[in-house]
Amino acid sequence: MNKIVYISFLFFSLLFLQVFLLNNVMFLGYINPYLYVAFVIFYPLKKERFLFLFLSFLLGLSIDFFSDSGGINAFSLLFVAYIRLFFIRVIFKKTEQDYLLFNLQQEPFGKVFNYVIILIVIHHFILFSLANFSTQNFSIVLANTLYSSTFTSVLFFLGASIIRKKNK
Amino acid sequence: MQQLIYFFRKYKYFLFFLLLEIIALFFTINNNNFHKSKFISSANEITGGFYKKTSKISNYFNLKFQNEELISENEELKNLLEKYISKTDSTVSVSIIDSTLNYQKYTYTKAKVYSNNYHNPNNFILLNKGENQGVNKEMAVVNSKGVIGITEDVSANYARVQSILNSNSKINAKLKNSSHFGTLVWNGKDYNIVQLEDLPRQANMKVGDTIITGGKSIIFPEGILIGTIQKIYTKSSNKFIDIKLFNDMSNIGNVYIITALEKEEIHSLNNTLDE
Repeated sequence: MNKIVYISFLFFSLLFLQVFLLNNVMFLGYINPYLYVAFVIFYPLKKERFLFLFLSFLLGLSIDFFSDSGGINAFSLLFVAYIRLFFIRVIFKKTEQDYLLFNLQQEPFGKVFNYVIILIVIHHFILFSLANFSTQNFSIVLANTLYSSTFTSVLFFLGASIIRKKNK
Repeated sequence: MQQLIYFFRKYKYFLFFLLLEIIALFFTINNNNFHKSKFISSANEITGGFYKKTSKISNYFNLKFQNEELISENEELKNLLEKYISKTDSTVSVSIIDSTLNYQKYTYTKAKVYSNNYHNPNNFILLNKGENQGVNKEMAVVNSKGVIGITEDVSANYARVQSILNSNSKINAKLKNSSHFGTLVWNGKDYNIVQLEDLPRQANMKVGDTIITGGKSIIFPEGILIGTIQKIYTKSSNKFIDIKLFNDMSNIGNVYIITALEKEEIHSLNNTLDE
């Protein structure tokens, strides 16, 4: 029960934060953070993945509804949701038995940092490539990925450190 | 059969993932196509309602700018009216107005911008008017400073506008001081700069000239402002120009939707010609 509340809180707070606040940031004119990737990072690990994949798709799609972007947020968020397990296996060396007890806050910061940055960069790259929807302007896609990823990561680690201090 | 079930069981997550990704890709491709019906659009009651609430708050922050814009528009319109009154002053000249020759071609409806984006390659604007207020697909949207876009998806109370800052936007435009015309497009780089393509080589122009809508399309009336020429370059036999917009597309509040009253007639004429 506690988990359902946690997940729905995560879902709606990230959705509204992204749509009403972060989509209007436009740092230096065009750089936006896409913090809703945090949904994939914070969602508890489980063997059964249908619900997780579906909720990631739904969160992306809801953001698409608000920002009139077709299905690009749904596509990119679902993609990182699917490949999340691969990176958990590679970076944290976890097997299926460890999923239940896995907690990001108890892992060494270096590994968490790598994991989060990789997910954010992959997500942003797919997002901007799909938004561009052509082979032209590829340098803009790369520049946007770099700037926005930096912005999102900074926001993510700031936010995460605040939450962690509260929990202590 | 056994192997098929085993296959599905082994790859069930991957297949589910693939299915959802295909759906998302379908929506994305659909969104890049103007004439197909739209599935994912903010012009629905839920997202429109949320944007209505937030715009009530955010509107307060640029009231000053909006007021200044409206007053300068009023000034312009009053000057136009004065000119018109002095022209038709019957003590100076007698003119007979034949009501069968002069009739209205366009009507304007005011609307408010609920959400506006300008940093994507394909940008859309959400307005607070929809089918219930007489707004349909493919109507022009302008403000006092110039062209904003074309409505492309309409629900009962909201309309989604394809902004001129959209890679699919193609609007007929021409030079103010001659009738050479071209197509207005956007390359997705700077939201203050749009491009005019396919102008004939012999068109005479210089940096700083004004560009207006061409009147070759049924949607836009002729003579709506767009911007001034910033840069001219020639490719093969055509000229291409960069236009600096009069509008600040990142800051628009009140707009007008233009209904072209002759649209049906022109459409039906075109259809009979095709047959």
